[in-house]
Amino acid sequence: MSLRVEDLTVYYQTLRGDVRALESATFSLADGEIMGLAGESGCGKSTLSNSLIRLAPPMKHIKGRVILDDQELPIADLHAMNEYRFTEISVVPQYAMNAMNPTRKIGKMAEELLRSRGIDARKALPELERRLDLVELDHDVLKMYPIEMSGGMKQRMVMVLSTLMDPSLLLADEITSALDVSTQKAVAKMLVGFRDREIVKSIVVITHDMSILYQIADGIMIMYAGQLAEKASTETIIHSPRHPYTKLLITSLPKVGVKHDEVRLKGIPGNPPLLLDPPTGCRFRERCPLAFEPCMDVPPFVEIEPNHFVACWKEGGANA
Amino acid sequence: MLKLDNVSKTYRTGTFGGKQLCAVRDVTFEIKDGEVVSLIGESGSGKSTIGKMILRLIAINEGTITFDGLDVGSLKRGDLREYYRKVQGVFQDPFSSYNPIFKADRVFEVMHDHFYRSMRQKEWTAKIHDSLESVGLNPEHVLGKYPHQLSGGQLQRFLIARALLLEIRFLVADEIISMLDASTRIDVLNLLADLKERDLGVLFITHDLSLGYYISEQAAILYRGCIVEMGQTEKIYDNPIHPYTRMLMASVPRLDKKWEDVEIELRAKQGQLSDGCVYFERCPEHQRQTCCRDDRPTLRLAEEGHFVACQRSGKEESS
Ligand SMILES: Nc1ncnc2c1ncn2[C@@H]1O[C@H](COP(=O)(O)OP(=O)(O)O)[C@@H](O)[C@H]1O
Ligand SMILES: Nc1ncnc2c1ncn2[C@@H]1O[C@H](COP(=O)(O)OP(=O)(O)O)[C@@H](O)[C@H]1O
Ligand code: SF4
Ligand SMILES: [Mg+2]
Ligand SMILES: [Mg+2]
Repeated sequence: MSLRVEDLTVYYQTLRGDVRALESATFSLADGEIMGLAGESGCGKSTLSNSLIRLAPPMKHIKGRVILDDQELPIADLHAMNEYRFTEISVVPQYAMNAMNPTRKIGKMAEELLRSRGIDARKALPELERRLDLVELDHDVLKMYPIEMSGGMKQRMVMVLSTLMDPSLLLADEITSALDVSTQKAVAKMLVGFRDREIVKSIVVITHDMSILYQIADGIMIMYAGQLAEKASTETIIHSPRHPYTKLLITSLPKVGVKHDEVRLKGIPGNPPLLLDPPTGCRFRERCPLAFEPCMDVPPFVEIEPNHFVACWKEGGANA
Repeated sequence: MLKLDNVSKTYRTGTFGGKQLCAVRDVTFEIKDGEVVSLIGESGSGKSTIGKMILRLIAINEGTITFDGLDVGSLKRGDLREYYRKVQGVFQDPFSSYNPIFKADRVFEVMHDHFYRSMRQKEWTAKIHDSLESVGLNPEHVLGKYPHQLSGGQLQRFLIARALLLEIRFLVADEIISMLDASTRIDVLNLLADLKERDLGVLFITHDLSLGYYISEQAAILYRGCIVEMGQTEKIYDNPIHPYTRMLMASVPRLDKKWEDVEIELRAKQGQLSDGCVYFERCPEHQRQTCCRDDRPTLRLAEEGHFVACQRSGKEESS
């Protein structure tokens, strides 16, 4: 097992109170697995991802542990985590391409990054160039400024830089969202390539786009309002989900071949709750067509069949 | 109802406007009453430029846009106002249409001031309620709120409701659901489908092929300002012919098929071709043209004493 997260709870401390963005997350990731993390915006995907690598204020570690390759990560200690960032666990953050320093040449950025890890950039150059080949970027990009590169080129460059140290776990946060479909496909396939070539051991792909996950993920985890709702193989999540939210979500997605005058798709009425003072119990309760008495308590995230976890009182939660 | 005839748009760019950027080239299509046409293309292909020209937010360089036969470009004052009574637009980012310090319903007042100045308050309020209900919003829940108190989906429906305050007959919907979450997207999409039942025409601008399929009977594929393929949505999806469309079809992530399967299918379809050039399957995509697939080229004189069976021989390069 490459990653194990236990009871991880992270809040944002704000003047108005705690934003309860991640509540008791427990799950694990197999070696070589690409796991998709999906859910509506604001459900806590980036919070989960950031907690694993850089749990900085206003985020606050409430409880829980993270174990990577049999080693517990000191996630609550920003400084101690330095040792693991880039080398053991790496992130391609949301909006990374826009965050590139516009006045620095790409090569310079790579050099600085390597130096900060105590690595001689000149010695690392051949490997860097090999990685550029891998993502089909010309070596000349090292002489370019970010503004001279297209979105797709920048995204590939960020991927190369964040995987240069062969981290065990790569977190990719919405890296395809701003790209055109053709570039999206290329970037998604590159993630698979990184895994297949064992540059990284496992990957968490965060996106709100289920169809991308259907293409590349081995498994998918669905979050709702800061809670884990369901986790299973990609086939299971797409074709036979069990959590009411996942079911409604999947059936609401338009597919090529579905026309409104033949099949009228339905959305999910209502909105997700605010996480500053969220409702008690199952946070999907207000929108759930199946809600009943027990839902006033938080449903446990239970393995209802091998490798299929669901947090719902209607789906095995009662037998827990 | 709405017709574009050889419409082109060139932007002046560069510090002194010295450079030119051709954003839309020679675009011709028509949208009839009760018809939803999808305009599909990647970013920068010119989709919004077409939408803005229809809404007269920017000028046309060449060609004409007509609405019920009237030249939209030459409308003045009163006529232009009449035009806006019938033709309205909704855009991608719902938040940018609202001023955060005012309540969201303020967007309705603009309509009142422009088009219904003489209408009494009571009547006007009733009209707003009707309009909100027609887009599936409960007026009690959404009126009197600030933009941040409403979701993106609600704000977007607000804007459609605003357009429906007028007796519009045509709506330009520019990427209006790309910023919405999956669970609310479909409601806005269904709403557009319902407008069609009311005989409205809709130009549905999107980069998402599955959305285009769901809602439109006609689709146009745009690349670098040119329409490269156009026609009945099913036909284009089931049998894409232009290499660009084929590339799009092969790239778009789908929930029903994996990329590999789509690629195989597309190749198989190529194999079935009956009427076209025999070399079509193996001809590099950049060389191929629609006609290569439909008509088998006959031997033609390329130069004195030299014959070639290729659609490209003897023809000029088309861009
Ligand atoms: N810096 C912050 N301060 C307070 N609340 C925050 C902050 N960042 C995120 N949040 C809140 O935490 C919740 C989860 O956010 P996030 O993890 O970014 O969601 P996602 O990535 O799924 O869109 C949201 O309700 C968001 O408003
Ligand atoms: N106001 C403008 N001035 C100069 N160039 C523009 C302007 N608006 C758009 N463009 C350019 O025109 C092309 C088409 O843009 P647009 O119509 O917005 O495409 P789309 O909506 O398909 O993304 C792009 O290359 C864009 O950079
Ligand atoms: S626990 Fe209850 S409210 Fe939550 S998803 Fe299950 S049935 Fe619905
Ligand atoms: Mg996020
Ligand atoms: Mg646009």
